[in-house]
Amino acid sequence: MPTNRKYYRPYIGPCDPCPPIRVKSYETPPQLYLGFQPYGLKQFDPSTALRKGTLWPALYAPYTNPYEPREEEE
Amino acid sequence: MWIYEKKLQYPVKVSKCDPMMAKFLIEQYGGADGELAAALRYLNQRYTIPDKIIGLLTDIGTEEFAHLEMIATMVYKLTKDATAEEMKEAGLGAHYADHDKALFYHNAAGAPFTATYIQAKGDPITDLYEDIAAEEKARATYQWLINMSDDPDIIDSLSFLREREIVHSQRFREAVEILKEDQGRKKVF
Repeated sequence: MPTNRKYYRPYIGPCDPCPPIRVKSYETPPQLYLGFQPYGLKQFDPSTALRKGTLWPALYAPYTNPYEPREEEE
Repeated sequence: MWIYEKKLQYPVKVSKCDPMMAKFLIEQYGGADGELAAALRYLNQRYTIPDKIIGLLTDIGTEEFAHLEMIATMVYKLTKDATAEEMKEAGLGAHYADHDKALFYHNAAGAPFTATYIQAKGDPITDLYEDIAAEEKARATYQWLINMSDDPDIIDSLSFLREREIVHSQRFREAVEILKEDQGRKKVF
């Protein structure tokens, strides 16, 4: 499974006034990779699907604020 | 013809008094990549797209109105108990002067909604690529809104809406694949 978030290290100039963000990120959610959805993929049960916004775990890509990294992401 | 169900697609709760967030959320109400633009874009494109894709545009266009209703509910809840002074402090003074608490179709910076936000080129691939881009732009907008909120209930509703953009983008990408298929060729999965 591809990751939903990618990271890169931008150039940090010596004269930039603000404290630098050394690692930047962008989102790469699953629809970029899935292609035509194959038959027989795993499904959430209906009530979970209604809560998550999709029936398909393969399309479920929760988002968190990248400026507040969760511990497991650090 | 539509049938209206008198409930929101997903519950909207607001746990923090934060009228400034309403100012930002309005981007998804009357902004270029907002839910109104999305609904009008898809429902309008239905007439000039190959038959196989019409149902998808109807379904997604209709759902966008359900999203619009969720955004409207959030904006309403965030502003309904704000005083004139609090509206001013939240950066909504200009809005208040013109509209009081009424919602209006404009973006976060106050630019009114315009039909120029949406395209209808008539070329099916062109229109579907526009739709995919629109879904990704709406997804990005939800990300930036989530980043600016610290209300877990608002974030919960916005996360649901963002996930729907992912699913819509996936379905539009599949629509492109359907149109790319050679006519009459047997599809093997």
